[in-house]
Amino acid sequence: MNAPDANADRLRVQGLSIGALQDVSLDVAPGEIVCLSGESGSGKTRLLRAIADLEPHEGEAMLGKERRSAVAAHCWRGWVMLVPAESSWWADRVIEHFKEPVPGSLVAFGFGEDTLDWEVARLSSGEKQRLAVLRALSHEPRALLLDEPTANLDPDTTLTVESWLRDHVRAQRIPVIWAAHDRAQIERVADRHFTIRGAALEEESCRQD
Amino acid sequence: MSSGLIQLAWWELATGALLVVALAVVTHLGRLGLSRDLLVAAARMGLQLAIIGLVLEALFSVAAFQWVALMAVIMLLLAGREVMARQKRRMTGGWAFAIGTSAMFVSSFTVTVFALVIVIGPAPWYTPQYAIPLLGMLLGNTMTGVALGMDRLTDSAWRQRPVIEGRLMLGMTWSEAIGDLRRDAMRSGMIPIINGMAAAGIVSLPGMMTGQILAGSPPALAVKYQVLVFLLIAVGTGFGTVVAVLAASRRLFDERQRLRLERLS
Repeated sequence: MNAPDANADRLRVQGLSIGALQDVSLDVAPGEIVCLSGESGSGKTRLLRAIADLEPHEGEAMLGKERRSAVAAHCWRGWVMLVPAESSWWADRVIEHFKEPVPGSLVAFGFGEDTLDWEVARLSSGEKQRLAVLRALSHEPRALLLDEPTANLDPDTTLTVESWLRDHVRAQRIPVIWAAHDRAQIERVADRHFTIRGAALEEESCRQD
Repeated sequence: MSSGLIQLAWWELATGALLVVALAVVTHLGRLGLSRDLLVAAARMGLQLAIIGLVLEALFSVAAFQWVALMAVIMLLLAGREVMARQKRRMTGGWAFAIGTSAMFVSSFTVTVFALVIVIGPAPWYTPQYAIPLLGMLLGNTMTGVALGMDRLTDSAWRQRPVIEGRLMLGMTWSEAIGDLRRDAMRSGMIPIINGMAAAGIVSLPGMMTGQILAGSPPALAVKYQVLVFLLIAVGTGFGTVVAVLAASRRLFDERQRLRLERLS
């Protein structure tokens, strides 16, 4: 990373409206983690789905200099990758869903090198959730949208996963929007924190309350 | 021994009807709750066939191209309506009808015209004695394939939404994301005709061939016609199913390759 911003891009959301949310704008710097919280049903998931262009909505998004509307939808989703709270698996074995895993990431998440040969049917919900994050990273996204990535994990695993993720996205200079509800987690990982209130995002000043 | 046609008198049909009435009495006594349906269905069948008999008599005596074409279009539209009615989750805004009908038009009409012009060769090529029964058999079978294929596609897309969207999230195109569902749908549309061909002559004697033999045709000729018809049906059903499933799967996504299940009812 000699030239920090050479191959890293800002993720920008401009005037996005979906559901109750109106005219949302966000600007996430390379390597920055922006946390998003709000009551359940406030629209966190729909906002992330809209940024990934999975649902009809108004507004524009940009990654670096690329306008989303000027990029084929599947390319955009390959760059700005959404990891949903409930991951889906379609093939029999884990490895069939992966490209080349990020070196060391399997071990960091508490797996072994043989994990990729496991059968999907035998994964626990926590294993699926961790593997879903690793699967997304193996596709080398340029930005990440994480929807409650540690919701099914026990407290120790949560700490390991979130700190590895935080270090990884900073080192790789990947902009991240991270939906979370745990205040303690938000304080640990967030560079900035927004709460959904009604139709708008309100920025919270970090490290208080 | 005579090879001429044995006429059926009306009273002979009536004895057949009497047997159905006897069956209805038995089902009534057995409290199967079917006798009413049985009688209504038998009466409908008789009436519908009588009408089509009159229509065909008239059509055969005129044998003009525009009337044959009109008949073909009516048959196509009825088949399109039937395809739509057989969908559990049909596409809204007339798309179920439009996709089903155009798929059947492309496959059944093309195959029928091909068979008439190239293979059978009556003069003129649209001679209704050949054109209408051929088109009817093709449409009937293509309709089944198209309806099965589209129903399977829309139903499985509805159930497997998380899988399709999970693939989209990893950067797959819409076509990759729905690829295996599409293959399953095409397969389920084509399996009936494949099974039908495999069982032909062993388990059942095909209706058309049987009818031709009853009408006095030598079995060898009847068999040749039946083989031709089976091949045409397989081609028509196959292409019709492929076209319908391809078009329907495209319609499940919008221009930004989002899965739009609200387009199903």
